[in-house]
Amino acid sequence: MNAPSNADSAHELLIRDLSADLTPVRRLRPPSVRTFSWLVIVAATAVILAMIADLSALGHRLAAAPDVWLAVTGSALTAILAAFAAFQLSLPDARRAWALLPVPATLLWIVASGFGCLRVWFVPGTHAADLSEARDCLIFIIGLSVPLSALLVIMLRRGCPLQPGLTAATAGLAAAAAAATLLNFFHPFDAAATDLAVHVLAVSLVIAGNSALSGRLLSTNFYAAT
Amino acid sequence: MTTIPVDFPLKDGIFRFDPAYWHGRRSPSGSITDTEIAKRAMTKAVPDVAIAGADHRRSALMAAAQAGDSAAYQMLLRDCIPVIKGVARRRRVDADRIDDVVQDVLLTIHRARHTYDPSRSFTAWLCVIAERRSIDLLRRTRRVDMREVHAPLAFESHADDEAADPSRGLAQADATSTVARALATLPARQREAVQLFVLEERSLADTSALTRRTRGSLKVNLHRALKALRSKMEFRE
Repeated sequence: MNAPSNADSAHELLIRDLSADLTPVRRLRPPSVRTFSWLVIVAATAVILAMIADLSALGHRLAAAPDVWLAVTGSALTAILAAFAAFQLSLPDARRAWALLPVPATLLWIVASGFGCLRVWFVPGTHAADLSEARDCLIFIIGLSVPLSALLVIMLRRGCPLQPGLTAATAGLAAAAAAATLLNFFHPFDAAATDLAVHVLAVSLVIAGNSALSGRLLSTNFYAAT
Repeated sequence: MTTIPVDFPLKDGIFRFDPAYWHGRRSPSGSITDTEIAKRAMTKAVPDVAIAGADHRRSALMAAAQAGDSAAYQMLLRDCIPVIKGVARRRRVDADRIDDVVQDVLLTIHRARHTYDPSRSFTAWLCVIAERRSIDLLRRTRRVDMREVHAPLAFESHADDEAADPSRGLAQADATSTVARALATLPARQREAVQLFVLEERSLADTSALTRRTRGSLKVNLHRALKALRSKMEFRE
């Protein structure tokens, strides 16, 4: 019988170290349940915002422009699917393909918002956002995305993502889409090209910020410590 | 190559088998090598009875480990090593780095053990983690190789222009004694990690062999030592 090599004895020592202080662990809840928990917080935020928003203006806007429904549905679905994908990606055995889950909803969101731009060009009397209103949109989306992203990242840290950058970026998309959906409470104008560009810029900034900052928070690379 | 008996009794003598789990297949018999299990799990072939048995045994061990059974956990981690090596070899990790992947995966299993759902295949879960950690190591190695060259002669013969400055020598001596004083206050294991890694510039493998400590434990000690030193030095400033 061969004597154990240095590597074998190192593995054996590590196994003993890891099992020496083994404590019972609480199993992670399924991604669907964790997504639902996050969405409950988003829904609570929506209720608070609805109390201070002009709901009649929102009602008029939705009745006058059916494509707005599509855009809102697209952004809400993007938030739900991206959050679910992020929770899936927070599992160590997750496949990268989960990151593609929110893509169809994101396309619906973008295309429906594009229809809004066309209406501004072809239908007289529509109120398009001016630059200061577009700037307010940018501030709203980024301002609301920060706490929603932070909450999501804290919840994702309970998992063990082995693709932290991708997980953080997907979480950023979820938070930005949720913020853009909630923006509709305070968005009494049609999506002109500048407005759409500002929304895209805000969502991109949130995703990039999440990848750069939260990616490190979610990292489980043991070599990073030394 | 390690061969594991498939009908492996658990510590409490209970071998739970969920027929619905592997599409109604029956309790296994016979034996199969770990490399074969990893290979079939990676290629997503329909698992045969023997694979299902080995996998089910690992799932049961992991479930016991999640409940705090350290004997089951040790058994499971030892059982994982050949599977991890099989995956790393298939990913074309260099032979001398395969043990790094094993250590990394064992640490990852420990960190991620609460994320495992016992109703799913443990071997598939393990193989994906091993695959991901192998890719991480290959990327890390490639980055280091692109940045650094191995030229010991050039390193030794490089002239240090600042060495001629006498004031620098005094400042350096002062800094050295400050560091030495801070180092002396650290616990023995942490001091040893700094001594071997930083001052003697030994590799992780060398230090592990020399001290008979695990790589994970050495990294933790070094990390804690550097953190403690940093806070001590900041306090002095």
